[in-house]
Amino acid sequence: MAYDYAPFPYTPPPGLTRPEPRHPVVIVGAGPIGLAMAIDLAQRGTASVVLDDNNVVSVGSRAICWAKRTLEIFDRLGVGERMLAKGVTWKVGRNFHGENQVYAFDLLPEPGHKYPAFINLQQYYVEQYLAERAAEFPDLIDLRFLNKVTNHSDHGDHATLDITTPDGDYTVEADYYLACDGAGSATRKRMNLPFNGQTFEEHFLIVDVEMETSPFGSDDTPERWFWFNPPFHSGQSALLHKQPDNIYRIDLQLGPDTDPKEEATEAKVIPRIKAIVGDTPFRLDWMSVYKFRCAKLDRFVHNRVIFVGDSAHVVSPFGARGGNGGIQDVDNLGWKLAAVLQGNAREPLLESYNIERVHGSAENIINSSRATNFMTPKSPIEALFRDQVLKLATEHPFACKLINSGRLSQPCNLSASPLQTPGAALVPPGTALIDAPLHDGQDQTWLLTATHGNFTLITASPMTLPDIAGIARIGINQSADYPCYRATDGHAETRYGTDKIYLLRPDGHVCAVFDTPAPAAIIAARDRALGAMI
Amino acid sequence: MILDDTLGLDADSFYNALMDAHAGLTDAQSHALNARLVLIFANEIGDLDRLEHLLAAARQTTTP
Ligand SMILES: Cc1cc2nc3c(=O)[nH]c(=O)nc-3n(C[C@H](O)[C@H](O)[C@H](O)COP(=O)(O)OP(=O)(O)OC[C@H]3O[C@@H](n4cnc5c(N)ncnc54)[C@H](O)[C@@H]3O)c2cc1C
Repeated sequence: MAYDYAPFPYTPPPGLTRPEPRHPVVIVGAGPIGLAMAIDLAQRGTASVVLDDNNVVSVGSRAICWAKRTLEIFDRLGVGERMLAKGVTWKVGRNFHGENQVYAFDLLPEPGHKYPAFINLQQYYVEQYLAERAAEFPDLIDLRFLNKVTNHSDHGDHATLDITTPDGDYTVEADYYLACDGAGSATRKRMNLPFNGQTFEEHFLIVDVEMETSPFGSDDTPERWFWFNPPFHSGQSALLHKQPDNIYRIDLQLGPDTDPKEEATEAKVIPRIKAIVGDTPFRLDWMSVYKFRCAKLDRFVHNRVIFVGDSAHVVSPFGARGGNGGIQDVDNLGWKLAAVLQGNAREPLLESYNIERVHGSAENIINSSRATNFMTPKSPIEALFRDQVLKLATEHPFACKLINSGRLSQPCNLSASPLQTPGAALVPPGTALIDAPLHDGQDQTWLLTATHGNFTLITASPMTLPDIAGIARIGINQSADYPCYRATDGHAETRYGTDKIYLLRPDGHVCAVFDTPAPAAIIAARDRALGAMI
Repeated sequence: MILDDTLGLDADSFYNALMDAHAGLTDAQSHALNARLVLIFANEIGDLDRLEHLLAAARQTTTP
């Protein structure tokens, strides 16, 4: 069944009839990033207005692969479990050369995590769930569809925005303007900011087909299948994924010299799909032809204007680092902006968003462009090396590691950032929380869920955690006057050790580790994570 | 035995550097670069038994 694109309601905004009071935050764009941003801020008590020029969710499935770290962030935002329930869970990727499998990888070979390595879920569902979650904060999230931002200016201590609606134009003021307006960001263009990187010449056909019969063989295990030079699409590459509702995503490389308009027609697409699925009946759900680009801004923070998501960085989709990278932006910025607006941190803390996420997006760009280069050789010599890697890989395992059909999105490591206090531990400062199953005698829970959203001390040691204002505490395998849990199957002890205390930032990254429960050192590390050293 | 991978997380960086080394060369120049590389790598390995073994392994994969 095709997704039902129900339009979101439009109501004339108050600014059309009288000036609105200055808003702490205005978010431009209600894609996955803008919506997640509004929810994160609302959960921290910070109000925002979200403006979108459109009134439906993403047309076409677009982002389908959501990584474990993203799901953990979505868990905190209140939509993770819903996404997991609807999504197609997978963790194994297989690379084929021609008809033969050359290499398979398992992205999460160990048990004891709430979320899997990946789920596949169409971007329209993700946006729908986020919009419905946002509606649970009527006092803190003001979602305005058919409100197009046409201009903005930065006045030093606030920004103003010009907005067009079906009922006319109005203006609002905001302490912070969050540009979540996507890859073609008009905000970025108005500000004339360089957006440099690599454009790939190849065209890719992206097709969603609905069919009853699984192309993943008889046991129908959803996986990621990637072909170099598949028998059904000679000389190119192909990628296959399963989505919910019996919809399969097929990506086909088309080469540089094709007419994208002509390729995105049923007459051209149906024979290509038949070459893959044979006589199996199918319905074409969505198709589009893309050229991909890897590019980013030099800086994401420009005084009162902050770029988040695709407006700040774009990648080719091999590795699923676009939406997943953007959600890590949200996770990083939410607590910092709320802390600054609520007077719990000074404005320079926002510079750490710039440092940490410029670093994260550079990593995403390196990985995405290398994968795209590997699968689309630009010269005969690149093609030669690529083909010889594939050949060697059938006999020599080392060569498998050189096959690059996409290095799939991983949580970004922030160890080099000034917010972290250097230290050594099994989970060193800068690492995103590693989940582990816990129970409290009756109920099963997860370290992830127990530690959401605040500065939190955790330990699986016998040390009693000190009581410090503003810092939550979680004890594992101890009993104390703060929440304590037992580790299930020893996972928490194995992952964190039994001789350390960890301090988590509100976005669940370890920012310091301690051998003793000395309050002064913990307070210093917390203050450092709030920007004291910037 | 051909070693299991020794480059670890640097494998992609190496491959990328190798492609960069070939960027802009003609086929003949690339061919010559590869020849020089083999000679340089052989000198780094510096062990005839090992080299003969590697030559055989590479030669064996020359099926179509
Ligand atoms: C084919 C394809 C496959 C992909 N696969 C994956 C994947 O598997 N995993 C993954 O993580 N990512 C994937 N991506 C990337 C992912 O889709 C993007 O990273 C993601 O949509 C970025 O979200 P965003 O909210 O930043 O931008 P967008 O989703 O583009 O949202 C921007 C919003 O801003 C609004 N807007 C724009 N201008 C204005 C204005 N002037 N005024 C008001 N509103 C405005 C737009 O209407 C839109 O709603 C894929 C992308 C494509 C194209």
